[in-house]
Amino acid sequence: MSTAPPVRAAKESRFTDEHGRRIRFGELALRYVLLLVVLAVTVGPFLWQLSTSLKGPTEDIFSSPPSLLPEHPTLHNYRRVADTIPVWDYALNSLKVAGANVVTNCVGSALAGYALARLRYRGRRIATLVFILAMLVPVEGIIIAQFTTMRELGLNNTLIGVVLPGSISAMNVLLMRNAFLNLPYEIEEAAYVDGADAWQRFLRIALPSVKGALAVVAIFAFMGAWDDFLWPLIVLSDPSRFTLTIGLNYLHGTFANDERLVAAGTVIAVAPLIALFACLQRYFFRGVGEGAVKG
Amino acid sequence: MAGVTRVRRQLPTSPWLFAAPGLLVVGAFVLYPFVTTVVNSFTDRRTLIPGRFVGLANFRELIHDDMFWTGLRNSTLYIVGVVPALVVLPLLLALLVQKNIPGITFFRSAFYTPVVASIVVVGLIWVWLLDERGLVNSLLETVGIGRVGFLSDQWLLLLSAMAVTVWKGLGYYMIIYLAALAGVPRELHEAAAVDGAGAVRRFLTVTVPAVRSTMVLVAALSSVAAFKTFSEVYLLAGPDGGPAGEDTTLVMLVQQTGTGLTGRVGYASALSVVVFVVTVALMLLVLRADRRDRP
Repeated sequence: MSTAPPVRAAKESRFTDEHGRRIRFGELALRYVLLLVVLAVTVGPFLWQLSTSLKGPTEDIFSSPPSLLPEHPTLHNYRRVADTIPVWDYALNSLKVAGANVVTNCVGSALAGYALARLRYRGRRIATLVFILAMLVPVEGIIIAQFTTMRELGLNNTLIGVVLPGSISAMNVLLMRNAFLNLPYEIEEAAYVDGADAWQRFLRIALPSVKGALAVVAIFAFMGAWDDFLWPLIVLSDPSRFTLTIGLNYLHGTFANDERLVAAGTVIAVAPLIALFACLQRYFFRGVGEGAVKG
Repeated sequence: MAGVTRVRRQLPTSPWLFAAPGLLVVGAFVLYPFVTTVVNSFTDRRTLIPGRFVGLANFRELIHDDMFWTGLRNSTLYIVGVVPALVVLPLLLALLVQKNIPGITFFRSAFYTPVVASIVVVGLIWVWLLDERGLVNSLLETVGIGRVGFLSDQWLLLLSAMAVTVWKGLGYYMIIYLAALAGVPRELHEAAAVDGAGAVRRFLTVTVPAVRSTMVLVAALSSVAAFKTFSEVYLLAGPDGGPAGEDTTLVMLVQQTGTGLTGRVGYASALSVVVFVVTVALMLLVLRADRRDRP
């Protein structure tokens, strides 16, 4: 074991890669130039939308060359959105839908995931297979049948109808199952011998150890419900029940020529998620990996 | 020992209680609608009228329906346009943000922002950017190219929608590639560098073979998603799918045909069955290509 001592020479350049190797200045400059170009392409459009939403009614938003900063920033357009569509009610509806989706997915997939991973009973393999099959069904292919099912239940045009189909997603169940399978079994076995029943083992021992996976489920459940478009578009028809995404689509369809108004609406819709992402990046990135493995 | 027997007596009932909510939701809102979709595709059911069995009539009608072929063409073109870009660009992006240079975590997060935003927000941002008088055209005019009708021409519309899909997907697949790149042995790069291979050469002979299976995964994920495209085209081209509906995708056709009070549920279900079959075929095709090419 001859771990090399920290190389003094490396200190000459503060910029080293993850292996402690120096990066040449030319390469470094090129990297930053490219990073800034990609930054302009990926984040620029959001900033342009923000800028448009802050421009007053007298300012030319079509100027060429374009003016990137508003001359006299104003929140006027945000008040106008609220006068045009009940945007705060829509935001509240989105919040209700997303919140409910988080609770049902966390509880439902933790319970089912634990049953698939840890409990012994006949039919466990079949139950697992049911979730795997369900995960493979493309949502876009069953929305019409989901719509008729909701009509039969009398839940079309309700927020419950928006939440129900995705309230416990098969992918989340399988994600939680994997999280439970990765825990060492010995502790639960000991608890089992001591007479702890399935509930006690689940709540006191297993669940506290899978908080990370549960956070991933919660975040993706929130984001999925807040961002969803196709399903709420189909199931909601009464404008008073719209979620934010459907309300925005309505705003765009009705006031397409009022770019400042639409811009303000989109900023309202995207700001909460960007804030959430800024706080909890770790889990967003982790979720990508776990979701991709499940396919 | 009394405790153990008590637990053993409980076990046959309690596991099913754990799994019940998940099985119920997945069964009622995924698997049941799946079966209903297949059954409905052989009927002339409408939203308000229970259908009769009509055999293969829907599928025969489908073959003679110009809109079906338009939808199939556009959804297929979408795969051709989007998948190569989403396999290659995020990999290059991952290489760009792989090295831990100062500020790199900021760039990684920033590049992920479009993934977090709702497709409706993203769609409306680009509708405004690509508008006849929008930012992109202002810039094009400033540099002397002149204005382009991104959102009025049938093909430019489809191309713009594809660009939006790629733009929104970049960060997501970048994170997948980052995880894969972390597993590439550094010695391979060093050996190649010693042999005098340049950056491009090392990329093609070291990086690409090492992340090959991830590229296949990305191809599979993005091609399935591309075939099911709805929102991008709906938002950019409008609910009717652009001039004369020429930009309609297959899932848009499902939504147009099957929803609302006059929806032709039977016919839309037949269209959905096509979506299933192609989706499953795509997954099998990509996975088979992977197995065949593997050394």
